[in-house]
Formats: sequence, C-alpha cells, structure tokens
Amino acid sequence: MGGLLKEIYKSRTLYLFISPFYILFLIFSVFPIFFSIYLSVHKWDGIGEMTSVGFNNFKYMFKDPSFWQVIVNNVAIWLLSNGPMLVMALIVAFVINMSIVKFKGFFRITYFLPNITAMVAVVIIFQSMFGNEYGLINFFLEKIGLDKIAWFNSSTGVRVVIAAMIAWRYLGYNAIIYLSGLQRIPKDLYEAADLDGATMLQTFTKITIPMLRPIILFSVMMSTIGGFQIFTEPQVLAGNQSPYPGSDTIVLYMYREGFIYQNYGYAAAVSWVLFVIIGIISLLNWKLFNKSDD
Amino acid sequence: MTAKKIFVHTFLLIGVILSIFPFYWLVVMSTNETSAIFAFPPKLTFGNYLVTNYNHVMDNINFIRALTNTLFIAVLSTFLQLFFNSLTGFTFSKFKFPGSKVLFYLMIATMMIPAQMLLVPQFIIIKEFGWLGSYKALIVPSMASAFGIFWIRQYALAIHDDLLEAARIDGCNKFGLYWRIALPILRPALAFLAITTFMGVWEDYLWPLIVLTDTSKFTLMLALQQLKSVHTADYSMVMTGTLMATLPLIVFFLVVSRQFIAGIMEGAVKS
Repeated sequence: MGGLLKEIYKSRTLYLFISPFYILFLIFSVFPIFFSIYLSVHKWDGIGEMTSVGFNNFKYMFKDPSFWQVIVNNVAIWLLSNGPMLVMALIVAFVINMSIVKFKGFFRITYFLPNITAMVAVVIIFQSMFGNEYGLINFFLEKIGLDKIAWFNSSTGVRVVIAAMIAWRYLGYNAIIYLSGLQRIPKDLYEAADLDGATMLQTFTKITIPMLRPIILFSVMMSTIGGFQIFTEPQVLAGNQSPYPGSDTIVLYMYREGFIYQNYGYAAAVSWVLFVIIGIISLLNWKLFNKSDD
Repeated sequence: MTAKKIFVHTFLLIGVILSIFPFYWLVVMSTNETSAIFAFPPKLTFGNYLVTNYNHVMDNINFIRALTNTLFIAVLSTFLQLFFNSLTGFTFSKFKFPGSKVLFYLMIATMMIPAQMLLVPQFIIIKEFGWLGSYKALIVPSMASAFGIFWIRQYALAIHDDLLEAARIDGCNKFGLYWRIALPILRPALAFLAITTFMGVWEDYLWPLIVLTDTSKFTLMLALQQLKSVHTADYSMVMTGTLMATLPLIVFFLVVSRQFIAGIMEGAVKS
C-alpha cells in the first residue's frame, strides 16, 4: 500500500496533466447525470421550490399523444433520410474507388463539401427550394410532367424535406468513411474477381459489402444516434412549435418543455427516455457488430 | 471498357451537380430580388441585387459583430482544446501510472453519453455559476474533449521512446517532453483537431441558443436564425446572410480540404 502511495506521489505531475478533462467531466457530466435523475422525479420551474412527484412525469409523458407523435416523426425522418442516403453513399464510395475513375481527389472534395455547410444554412437553403405551390422543386416536377406537391401540407411531405436536408449534408461524409474502408480491401481480391469475369454488381455484393461490414454497421450506429438528436432542422424550419405536421422531434419536444415552458423536471424525464431509446438501439447495433466477428 | 468509363464518370458527375447545386441556388437567390425567385418559372441565373441584399442584411443584423463573436469563441476554444487534449493524450500514450488504464477507459466511455441528454442540468449549472449570457458558458465546458484526447493519444503512440529517453537524460522534465519533443511531432494530428474544433464551434446551434441571452453576443448561426425568423418575407436577404455566414468556412475548407479528408479517413479506420 505504501508502495502504491509512493507511486501516486511520484506521478503527481502526470495527474496534473490529465486533470482538466476529469474536472470538467465531474462538473459538466457526472454531476448533471445524477442531478437529472433527481430532476426527473420532481416538478420545478427553476425558481420556486422543487416538489417531488414520483413517476408522474413519466406517466404524463406516456399518456401524452404528442410525445408518441414525436417518436413516430423521429423514426420516420430517420428512415427516410438514412436508408437511401447510406445506400447511395456506399455506391458512390464503390464507384470513386474503381481504378478507372479519374480525378478522385476532385470527387472526394466536392462530395464532402455539403458536410461543412452548417445545418442552419442547409435548412434555409432547402426551405427556399421547396414550396406548396411554387418553388424550384415543384417547377422541376412540372417540367418533367409530374404533379406539383404541397410539401408543407402533409407530414410525409415535411419529413421528405427534412430527410433531404440530412441526406444532402451527410451523403459525402459517409461516402468518405466507406471509401477509407474500401481502400483497405486488398486489390488482388478485385483482380481475381475481374479475371473470373465477375460483373460490377457481383463484385459489389460478393466482395465490397462483406468486407465493409464493420464500417457499415459503425456508420448505421452513428447515424441512428444522430437521427434521434435532430433539433436544428425542424426548429430553424418552423420555430419551436411547428405549424407543419410531422416535423416535431424528441429533442425539440424536450427543448420546448425545458427552455420555453420551464418544466425542468419534465424535460429531464424526457431526456432519460431519449437516453434509453438511444441505448437500446446502440445495444442492438453492437450485437450485430459482434455477430460479424464470428 | 470506354463505355463503362463514360457511364461511371457520368454517374459521379450527376452526384457532383447534386452536391453543388444548392450552393449555386444560394448565390442565384442572393443576387436576385425575392419576387424573381418566387416567380413561376423561378429565375435560375445570377442577377445584380447582391449589393442591395447585402445592405439589407447589414441594416437588420450586426453581422460584423456576430462574425467577430464567432471568430473569438472559435479561436479561443480551438487553442484551449489543442492544449489540454494534446497534453492529456500525450500523457496517456507515453506514461503508465496508477489508475491510468481505468481513467483512460472511463474517458472513452464518456463518448457514449449523448450530449442532448445533459442539456437541462448543464443549463442549470451554468445558471448557478452566473455564466448565462457569457462566453464562459460556451468555452469552459468544452475546453477538453474525449474524442480529441483519444485522437492525439493514438497519434502519440508512434513517438519513439528513445527520443523521449534521450531528452530526459538531457534534463528535460515531463512538461518539457510534451512541449519540446511531442508537440512538434504531433503537428498533423493537431491540425486536424484544430479544423474540426473550429468548424464545430462555428456551426454550433443548440447550446449557444440556450445559454446566450443578449443579441449583441450572438454567434453567426444565432444571428442567421434571428434574421430568418424575423424577415420571412425578404427571402433573398436571408439567403444573402446565409451566404455571408457560410462562405468563410467554405473557403477555409477548400484551403485545408486535402488534409481534412485524409484525417476523416484515418479516423474512420481507427474507430
């Protein structure tokens, strides 16, 4: 024991070096975690007395139709955006990686460019392209002989608009992630497939997908977690209480309860439900991860 | 073979057009009047209203103020993160001490906590500290990050022990090892970290929205949102503001893009 204390004393400068992170961690993470557990079973407006309400916050939440609505919206937006986007990102990465492609550097940079555009700006730009009557997208739709779509009148329409923002901003980012995985696949695998006369589709499904499995699952996990944290898109699009159907999300709901109505206890309870949802999904993904190692 | 080549490049070019088009549209709108955009068919070419729109933006928000605020916060945050993350990351990579393993894994585990979850209690702490409306609320909680420490640590593992040993024999203390030996070697890793931190601060929206109360302290993103929510009718003006708030970052990205994309790809492989 004395030896250990001596060791610790000898390493005191090292503890000093690493201390900033842990001090911040204690103040801004550990304490908030416990405080939010405490808050979630209380009613508090931030000024008056806290009153203990047991599990009433959770009971109220599960009875609140708009809570279930935000869950449905969140899942719908996540599926609409991430499903097509991740598939496209994979195809784009596969194509850029092909040996016959010229100007790889140019493609990498231009595909990545949307990702460095701030979400607030993306929302403003995309909102201007979609309109109920007019707007650029409806103009193009009419041009190719389709009907105009009243984007902001139906929940599906609004969700597609939000999904388009997310897909546009993250497609290149995910393609770059996949590309880094592709570059580690040995070249002779492709050469062998080429010699055997495999088609592009066969190479893609038989070599690319299986070899990329871990990195695909990683990106699915990250975009799922991101998908449940959507806030900026609906909030900048239509404010704290959106007049458009289908666009309210869990984090926006929590933000409204906490920072607009000052129901801090209730907002804390919502954040715990959000945590459990993200936890369950991460666990499911992790299970899939491990499966791929067998 | 050439048919395949043409097909593949055409496919990629369509993607390029889709990636670039919103930027083109942003410039088209910024150089036109609002009525031209909402006309049917909409105007798809550049106009000459950019200066008018620019003047309207300057009349409605204090753009220069928001830009200097953002630059101040972003530069300060970036320097603090670079210092604390590299010092901690280097310490974890090259020294063993009681509890070092446990502390390291604890730090990794914190990356799993979704940021939004702690929004309410963090806001209350900031309020108790009397930091509401102050830049301290933006800068202090993110002075060090688990991702940044992990990133530096992975890079610092490659520093040769002989190099450190030689410096130690020459009388270099632990901080000297970090400052004089490790930091110069860590430069590429630090560059990537600086770019991501800087961009992250520039684009941050939810946390500044919660803790900044005074419009004179607003960051660019908050000023932009304010511009949009107040002036819904003048869309070209809002688009011009958007162009002004995003252009610096786009230029910055194009300058550092090679390094940055290399960093992203390296990061994906490591995680």
